[in-house]
Parts: sequence; C-alpha cells; structure tokens
Amino acid sequence: MVFGKLPLPRREKPLAWSQLSHQRVRLLVALSGISFANILIFMQLGFRSAMFSGTTNVPASLDGDVFLIDETSQFLGNETFDKSQLYRAAAVPGVATARPFYYSTASWVNPDNRKTTSITVIAMNPAQPVMAVPAINDQLALVEQSDRMLFDTKSLPSLGGIAPAFIAGQDTPIEVQGRKMWVNGIFALGSNIFKRGHIVISDVNYLRLFGATQANQLHAGVIKLEPGANLQTVMAELERTLPEEISALSHAELIELEQSYWAKEPAGIIFDFGTIMGFVVGVVIVYQVLYSDVNDHLSEYATLKAIGYSDGQLLLVVFQEATILAVLGFMPGILCSLGLYSLLSNLTGVAVLMRLGVGLQVFSMTLVMGVLSAAIAVRKLRSADPADVF
Amino acid sequence: MEPVVNIQGLHHAFGKGALAKPVLIDINLAIQPGEIVILTGPSGSGKTTLLSLMGGLRSAQQGSLNILGQELLGASKKQLVELRSRIGYIFQAHNLLDCLTAQENVRMALRLQPTLSYGDRTAQATAMLAAVGLGHRVNYRPDNLSGGQKQRVAIARALVTQPKLILADEPTAALDSQSGREVVQLMQRLAREQGCTILLVTHDNRILDIAHRIIHMEDGQLLRTGSPTAAVV
Repeated sequence: MVFGKLPLPRREKPLAWSQLSHQRVRLLVALSGISFANILIFMQLGFRSAMFSGTTNVPASLDGDVFLIDETSQFLGNETFDKSQLYRAAAVPGVATARPFYYSTASWVNPDNRKTTSITVIAMNPAQPVMAVPAINDQLALVEQSDRMLFDTKSLPSLGGIAPAFIAGQDTPIEVQGRKMWVNGIFALGSNIFKRGHIVISDVNYLRLFGATQANQLHAGVIKLEPGANLQTVMAELERTLPEEISALSHAELIELEQSYWAKEPAGIIFDFGTIMGFVVGVVIVYQVLYSDVNDHLSEYATLKAIGYSDGQLLLVVFQEATILAVLGFMPGILCSLGLYSLLSNLTGVAVLMRLGVGLQVFSMTLVMGVLSAAIAVRKLRSADPADVF
Repeated sequence: MEPVVNIQGLHHAFGKGALAKPVLIDINLAIQPGEIVILTGPSGSGKTTLLSLMGGLRSAQQGSLNILGQELLGASKKQLVELRSRIGYIFQAHNLLDCLTAQENVRMALRLQPTLSYGDRTAQATAMLAAVGLGHRVNYRPDNLSGGQKQRVAIARALVTQPKLILADEPTAALDSQSGREVVQLMQRLAREQGCTILLVTHDNRILDIAHRIIHMEDGQLLRTGSPTAAVV
C-alpha cells in the first residue's frame, strides 16, 4: 500500500469520538439539534444585519466630509432646518462646497394595480450632486425637466413593474404625491425593511411636489472641505457659526446615528431576543446529549478513574465531545442557513447576505454553547465514584 | 523482601459521630511479592471496603496502609491517582467500554504511559489478548463477546501494564463454572509469568485451590485460616 508508512506517528483515536460515534442515532439527534439552534440564530442575525445594512445605505452613499442636520434629528430625514443656514455654512473658512439634500416620503400609486403606497424621495440640485453613486450622478441631467425622475431598480415589487416597463420603452406616467411623473432613468441602490424603494428628483421638482415651504427646509447639508482643511477645526467653526439647533456630524457619526436609532427599534430588540433564544435552545440540546452520555457511561468513567485516569483527563473527554458536536453541528447549520438566506432574499427583495463576521460570530457562539453545556454536564461526572465500581 | 501490601492497625467506619458504623476493625495484613491470597467471608463483612481502600479508591481514616511502597493514610489525590495506574483491577462486572473494541479497551490502560509509541501499544495489547486466548477477537466490541470472553478482556486490561499488584473482586461471579475456572487459571499463569501479587475476593469455593493463603473475614475482622488444603501452586 502506498500509504503504508506514514511519516507522522499515529495518534490514539480520541475517546470522545469513540463514545459519540458508537451511538449513531444519538449523534444524529445531537447534530440536528445543534444545526437547528444554528439556523435559529442565523435567521435572527440575518434579519438584523439586513435591516441595519439597508438602513445605512443612503447615509453611507452620501458624498461629503461634514453633514449638517437638525440637532433633534434621530435619523436622516427625521427633522429639517432652514435652507438659509446652508449659505452661512458655505462662508465658514475651510468649507469648499455646501449643498442641499432632501430626503422625504411621497405617496406612490402602483401603475399596475392602482394601489396607493409610499416611496422615499431623494432630491438635490442637479448641478450639485451629493451622492457617491455614479449611476445617479451620470443621469442627473435627465431629471432637470419638470416631473421627471430616476427609479431604483432594487425597490420592492409592490411599487409596480417600473423598471421592466422603462427598459421596454413604455412611457406611462406614475402618480407621485398627486402629480403625474415619468421615469427618465434607473439606478440600483437597494431598499430595506423600512423603505420600499427610492426615486431621485431635482430640487425644482421637489418644490413642485411638496410646495415652497417644504422646499425651503433641508434634511441635510452636505459639506465638502477645501484641500488641506482640518476636519475638527471646520466642524468646531461650523458649530460656533450656526445656531444651536444645527449639528455638524462627520460621515462616520452620521452613519452611527442612523444605526443606533434603528437598533433601538422594537424589531432590533426582537431579533436580539430571538438570537438569545436560539442560543438557549442549543445549550439545552447539547446539555441533554452530554448529560445522558455521561450518565449512561458513568460506570465506564468510574472504571477509568479506578485504573488511573485523573478527573482532569475525563473532564477533557466531555469537553472534547462538546467541541466535536459543535463543529460537526455547525456545518449543516450554516449550509441550511445559506439556502434560507437566498430564499428570503428572493421573497423580499431585501439583500440577506451571509457575512463572514456573522458566520464567525455564530461559530464562536456554537463553541461557547458546547463548552457551557459540557461545564454543566461534567458536574455529573464528578459523582462517578470509583469506590462504587467494586 | 519488602511486602507489597503492608497494613497495620487499620480502622474504617462509615458515617460520622454517634452514627459512625465501624466496618473494618484493627486490620493487620502483609502480603509478600508473588503471593496469591484469597479473601473470603460473608456479604457485609467488609471485604470490598478493604479492597477499595487498598486500591486507593477510598481515603484511609486510621492506621497504616502501605501499598507498593506508597503510604495511603493522608496521601494526596494525585498520589492516589498515580498509585491506581500501578495496580491492575479486575471487577466483578467486566466494566469494559462498550464503544471500544477489545484491543482499544486494553490499550486504554497503556495510554496512561506516554513513553510508549502507538505501535508499542498495539503490539502489547495484541500480545496480551493472545495470551488470554482472544487473539482472534481483537477487533470485537464487548457486545459481540460472551461473558467469559469479556472477563478475559478485562483481565488483559488489568495485566497489560505488568502491575506488581492485582486486586480482583469476585472475578468469577458472573461466569459459569467452566469459564470461571479458566479465568482464574489464566490469572494464576500470567501472575507467575509476570511475578505479580494477587489479592482475590471471592465466594466461589471452586477456585480456592489456586491460593497460597486464604484469609477469612467476618464482621470487619480478619481470621487467618492458613494455606488451603488443596494442592498449592
């Protein structure tokens, strides 16, 4: 045989593996239990991460160094401030440009079934792009005409088959906030659990939709610094120059504001709770398996103690069993979750992705789950008294 | 020669304070290397307690208990674990690990010796199983072995490390008379070859003849009965 002589010395087969593999049915039950707990946790974390990544889509794709928002704003688009303050900001030393950004909600009538729903409106001056999305910036000239818009192809299907109709060359008007508007271009940004979809329009069309009073109120001012200007100095100067009701945030602070707001949403707490439940289910299952394993083999463990095995060596066997169960159970768990994620993505249109960080997080949770269960189960092992064997 | 077992003034009681019930009273016993000693007596006379004290499975309470040069009165947990690995145990029930084959069960005892290579362990375990007449059952699990075969695997496990002392608690109790006879003769032969000492607790009158010395125990006290009437080895 080619492999007859292995260069490495052979190792003893771990007793933990012998114990586990001897009882196939119990092993299968344990593994499916752990996979089930993993799937529970993955689904919760998947919903959660889809929710958060979706909510920061728009703030993250804004193109600026400093952002002015109303002090009481809990998220982008929550509160507004007077447009005239933007001109004062533009005069602060170190500020290169200060541009307006509108972020609001309009009613939307699905052209396919005439049902009224809502859509998120992004508006800006076409001559002053504020987003780092090439597909939008390249087409800004197309929204300068009255009642024209760009439509997000990643919007939910419940808004109607807008993108296919546009690609097919149909030019049917859509009722937005009571006005007839036409799609002049498409882009891909992505919706999330709280937003059905986006359209991009010009500030002039925004005025047409919402009136002069609203158009005078900005949801954010997007500021770019002159080359070499110090971010902290300019932010301090902006805070000093502008009225107290306006805050100047860095890009990271703006994204964090958005995240922390949505994390406080009941939905976020529910997902956290679901994750903990999955974890507890896993601990209970692994504990049950390890406990009955130790219990069934108590006399065997006592025998091993009697022939000279120390408590520590036997505890190690149980912890090894827990680790083997965790690693083996995780594999089908993550595979099923991947399938369910793509199923969910297709059903909802919300991107539910398996992120490496989430995968590692759940894997380490599974290991902790196993070790925790083993720690409870070995209390039984200590009662394996070799004196009882005789 | 130093005795393998040297017990002096050993007392042992279960329970505490006023409820303490003495089970061993003033035990004095010395066993010389190579001796085969049989311990008999009615149930509850304290035989098993004495055996488990000698094996380091219980903590000694009073008196002196010296096994293979280790004083067990006041010995640490670590010293007890170390002593256990130098003693060969044979239990009334075979106590084999169900998930392991005969060879793997035997090598569980060898695994405690880190100096042995994997190959050495295989060689020693296989040789020992052949010596107990199970060379053809090396890869069988306990489920597929008869009662006598299981007990022989247990004997192989106890003897494979070549211990200087073997403690056996009714090794023939679960066996029919023929396999019981075979098992003790096997122990006797291997003990002679390896030069080890055997202390055997038994009720089984059919095997008394293998002993050099028979000790009778009653109500926690030793009654010496001298050598057996039957032929001595």
